[in-house]
Amino acid sequence: MRAVAAVSAYLRPGDALILALTLVLIGTLWANRGTRGDGVVVRRGGEVFLATDLRLNRLISVPGPLGNTLVEIHAGQVRILSDPSPRQLCVRQGWLAPGDNAICLPNRVSVERGHSGHDSINY
Amino acid sequence: MTPSTISLTVTAEDRRIAVMASAAVGLAVAEAAIPLPIPGIKPGLANIVTLLVLYRYGWRAAAWVVGLRIVASALLLGTFLTPTFAMSLAGGLASLAVLAMLVRLPRRWFGPVGLSIVAALAHMTAQLLLVDLWLMPGVSLAGILPFFLTVAWVTGLVNGLVTARLMEYAETRTTLAEPAA
Repeated sequence: MRAVAAVSAYLRPGDALILALTLVLIGTLWANRGTRGDGVVVRRGGEVFLATDLRLNRLISVPGPLGNTLVEIHAGQVRILSDPSPRQLCVRQGWLAPGDNAICLPNRVSVERGHSGHDSINY
Repeated sequence: MTPSTISLTVTAEDRRIAVMASAAVGLAVAEAAIPLPIPGIKPGLANIVTLLVLYRYGWRAAAWVVGLRIVASALLLGTFLTPTFAMSLAGGLASLAVLAMLVRLPRRWFGPVGLSIVAALAHMTAQLLLVDLWLMPGVSLAGILPFFLTVAWVTGLVNGLVTARLMEYAETRTTLAEPAA
């Protein structure tokens, strides 16, 4: 603990306060990492039906030609909960990883997890 | 043709700023030689000079030293007017703005360590903001901000401690960083 004593010799009361506050700020940023700026784009027939993010838990019902596709956003993740398409491929994909997308055919609904704008590669 | 003479009057303050700026440029160029895997991560040792000048000669002199250091080290490293230069400039201006406010706080309560940390965080935030808005628009800032701010926090703390140690040293030896006029 000699190192701590040596450091605190150069700290004035306000410095210690700044140290603590900035640490809390950075800790908060670490805790919230990835929950912001993570977008979800739901498309129907190639057109954007809904562009949202993963912050709010919700169920989204997307009407397609065969019926409603249910998209679930929960705890910062997104999946297709149910779909009227016969093969159920998009439902079986489960929770989507960042950058993944699920396409429900022939109900013509797709869900993309990731940025809806530019990224460093296609920019 | 009449011979013309251009004479520059060099004040003592000019000399001081020149000496401190050259020390800052030396540190900036030296640390550019350290191989680091991630761009944007470096010790920022030149900021020790900035803080020393700020405490010793005031904010105006510190702003001169920062400006000269950014331009001169960019010229030496071949990054002048490149994105690296723009990031360095944005960071320098942001930390100077923060320091202008913080240096007015009572000295009894706030010392170089606190100023160094806040300035380092402002420096890093401005650089990342520039990356986000101009260089690579759309990159998720929330994803990279915590990591880079953690690094800035550590380098700010270390540089602040070094500054505090040097200021303590300068109290006993008044010759430190005093240019031979």
